[in-house]
Amino acid sequence: MAELPCMEKSDAELIAAVLRGETASFEPLIVKYSPRIFATARRYARRESEVEDIVQEVWTKAFQKLSGFRGDAPFEHWLMRMAVRTCYDFLRQHRRNRETTFTELTEPENDWLDRFVAAPSDASDESAAARQLIERVLAMLSPAARLVITLLEIEDRSVKEIAELTGWSVPLVKVRAFRARAEMKKCLQRIARDKYL
Amino acid sequence: MKLAELHEKLIAAARKQPPDDWVPYSFEKRIMARLSTVPKPDEWAMWVRSLWCGAGACVAIALCIGVWSFTPEGDADAAGNFSHDLEQTILASADDGDNAW
Repeated sequence: MAELPCMEKSDAELIAAVLRGETASFEPLIVKYSPRIFATARRYARRESEVEDIVQEVWTKAFQKLSGFRGDAPFEHWLMRMAVRTCYDFLRQHRRNRETTFTELTEPENDWLDRFVAAPSDASDESAAARQLIERVLAMLSPAARLVITLLEIEDRSVKEIAELTGWSVPLVKVRAFRARAEMKKCLQRIARDKYL
Repeated sequence: MKLAELHEKLIAAARKQPPDDWVPYSFEKRIMARLSTVPKPDEWAMWVRSLWCGAGACVAIALCIGVWSFTPEGDADAAGNFSHDLEQTILASADDGDNAW
């Protein structure tokens, strides 16, 4: 019960308390926003240990840079910018682990593709195989392409929002989105070629 | 295979199955324990490091200017002519003014 008043404080009050030296006030912020950061990290990292490393790094950075939070935008926005940039750094650090071949498609993935080729409407986009296949395709993309496709097409964010999250300029986001779609098209062509030719 | 349609289908699959947002048990305790061991960045140390970099550049520039100023001039007459010409040019309008009166 002693923690209850702390949970009722606003983000601004908690941040002010942390900046005064009351480190314990940071804990309610972790409890409140960790689910969103975990969901974001799981879009880019497959292994749970990697996801935890990303989230841990986000919180460490947030704590160290908290004095730089000006409070003119919600804390959540500031934190999500940090989360997206940390995920991008993670993708760049692990770019060598990118998938390079489609020869290891699983049986459900193969079946789903066969169904799609026979009748596209019959291949359900709610199946686990489709989800596995899109994860495989995303894993083949370059870090920038994967980030842009995820934010723009999967999370349905605007170019301006992506620019704010990533720190890129709006024209750069547009250029990277164009390249990302072309890169994804190449990956899909490879699926078709490897499977049917 | 219709690639555009496949693209749309796969993106729709990713949209319909968003990732979990569950948090491991007592994750916040783990982070708090870690934060207590993470050293806070020392702002003074950062300033000192930046100033040292700046000092190095300033010394280099001062040395270059010193060497250049002590280098003997190749053509002293040319330098004298240049200062004379400059003076003439600057004072030309004043001279014209005197003549007009």
